[in-house]
Amino acid sequence: MIWLDTVIQGVLLGGLYALFAAGLSLVFGIMRLVNLAHGDLIVFGAYIILILVSLLGLNAFIAAAIATPLMFALGWLLQRFVLNRTLGEDILPPLLVTFGLSIALQNALLEGFSADSQRIGGGTLETESLAVGPINVGVMPLLCFVSAVLVIVALNQLFYRTSLGRAFRATSDDPVTASLMGVRPAQIFSVATGIAMVVVTVAALYLGMRANFDPTIGPARLIYAFEAVIIGGLGSLWGTLLGGIIIGVAQTVGAAVNPEWQILSGHVAFLVVLLVRPRGLLPRAVD
Amino acid sequence: MRYVAETQTRVSRLAGILAVALVAVAVILPAFAGRSLIQDLFFVLTLVVLAQWWNLLAGYGGLVSVGQQAFVGIGAYAMFGAVILWDLDPVPAILLGGLAALVLAVPTAFFAFRLQGAYFAIGTWVIAEVVRLSVAQWKQVGGGTGTSLPRDATKDMWFVDAIKALFDVKTSAARDILAYWLALLLAVLTIGGVCWLLRTRRGLALAAVRDNEAAARSVGVDPGAMKWTVFLLAALGTGLAGSLIYLQKARISPDAAFSVLDWTAYVIFIVVIGGIGTIEGPILGVVVFLVLQSVLADFGSWYLLLLGLIGIGVMLFAPRGIWGIVAARTGIELIPVRRRLVKTETQSSETDDGRNHD
Repeated sequence: MIWLDTVIQGVLLGGLYALFAAGLSLVFGIMRLVNLAHGDLIVFGAYIILILVSLLGLNAFIAAAIATPLMFALGWLLQRFVLNRTLGEDILPPLLVTFGLSIALQNALLEGFSADSQRIGGGTLETESLAVGPINVGVMPLLCFVSAVLVIVALNQLFYRTSLGRAFRATSDDPVTASLMGVRPAQIFSVATGIAMVVVTVAALYLGMRANFDPTIGPARLIYAFEAVIIGGLGSLWGTLLGGIIIGVAQTVGAAVNPEWQILSGHVAFLVVLLVRPRGLLPRAVD
Repeated sequence: MRYVAETQTRVSRLAGILAVALVAVAVILPAFAGRSLIQDLFFVLTLVVLAQWWNLLAGYGGLVSVGQQAFVGIGAYAMFGAVILWDLDPVPAILLGGLAALVLAVPTAFFAFRLQGAYFAIGTWVIAEVVRLSVAQWKQVGGGTGTSLPRDATKDMWFVDAIKALFDVKTSAARDILAYWLALLLAVLTIGGVCWLLRTRRGLALAAVRDNEAAARSVGVDPGAMKWTVFLLAALGTGLAGSLIYLQKARISPDAAFSVLDWTAYVIFIVVIGGIGTIEGPILGVVVFLVLQSVLADFGSWYLLLLGLIGIGVMLFAPRGIWGIVAARTGIELIPVRRRLVKTETQSSETDDGRNHD
């Protein structure tokens, strides 16, 4: 029974990793850009929510709702004025610019908030649990997983049911032809990064409520997000959820065997999938 | 009229002579310089080595690795392992460190080359994390908390007694001089080796793959083989640098030896600011980096914040870095690897003709 419990905790943790990964996957899918500062932006979002909670005494969910338009604007501006300049045939500029951003952001957060670890208070939600048969499931992890599923459903609806989604897919397939049809790739990219930042805000909310965070944990979140995307297969959001779950389960099972193996076993699961299925479990895009 | 492909220019020959003179001065420097200068120069030389190899990977091979700390760390740990477990002298153990990095590079490349472009970058990072976490389980070399080189091993190290006698210094200073000379040797071999590689046919093939993989393939270049060559060479060089750095530090821990900040982030900024895709750029980058560091040393995280922003600014507005600007304005190439067609004098073409008639 303890193993079933471990696996379920892992699946729920996978929801959090899928939230980390969805924004990364969205941006990569549309403009082939890998944002190495993605993890640091999640941590940044968590600090924004933390400020709103501690200064204004708001509920964490309301604080996240207020942070959402701010993060959208930040993403839009970042793409419009910095990242759009780096896009092109050469892969070096986007990688090195986002790497610089990652280091700058980490140290700005260190300067602003010190290295102390923080947590976003979730009130009674933090400790509540539901009895599902013989197993107790924490309300917070469950809520996180449900949010991940909802985010993926919403993004898929956006992609396949709206004109904006059509523009996204068209730009992803061929920016030149899309621009002949009246789509402006530069604007589409800015909106896409804005939306990715909205997903980042949701991820930041649960990152901050589920566990402690400090300015230096961004790169590790980027790595989990990346592993989830690759395991799932590029271009598939449901695949990303599956990838997140595989990392989550590998980590909790690894930790159950030996606490020192938690992180390592997640990475090993990733390498095994990369060895057996280099294009991921549910590949969609051909890149 | 005849044309020959040449890489040398008049300026580069002059630069070559100057470089030889500079190395000669550097070799005899410990006779005059104090210990702290020697230590600083050791740091400079190791950074130059790390930067050259990363530049070869990213600037020439198009392989943006964020996982070079894996090779620094494994090189250092292999050296420590050989000294602690096999009682090997630390100096030959450095070679073992380079070998260990080379061996690690094979599975790393096998996995990471399955990922394209940007994902390759994060893939190498994941592998570096895996190696760090695995090494932290290796209890004989201190596990997660690390360990020091045994005192006997560092005291009786090869050449230390000779250096003590030669300069009349204490053991610790002699060790620093030894590490400095080894770093100087490694730096000269690295710069010379990279320069030689880029001037050979393989170097030309490498540049062709970087500029256009499909076109390079169409003229018979095997891009896969080129990438493997570059990746393995860079791992070897980085691993040697790693063991040497930790020979000098004499104390190791997984978090320090596999630090992405110290062994990859700094190196990336050095190469980007100095000028990626040139041999001069990384050397200039180290100088700029050290100036920034000494000016801003008291500001802690502000320093790194500024470094990140400078890196972004350079990449956006001057993607060829400082050396790129200098070279574009003046046309100077100190260490040229580009082939230029040089018109030989009419006189010599006539003698050639004469020979043909004979």
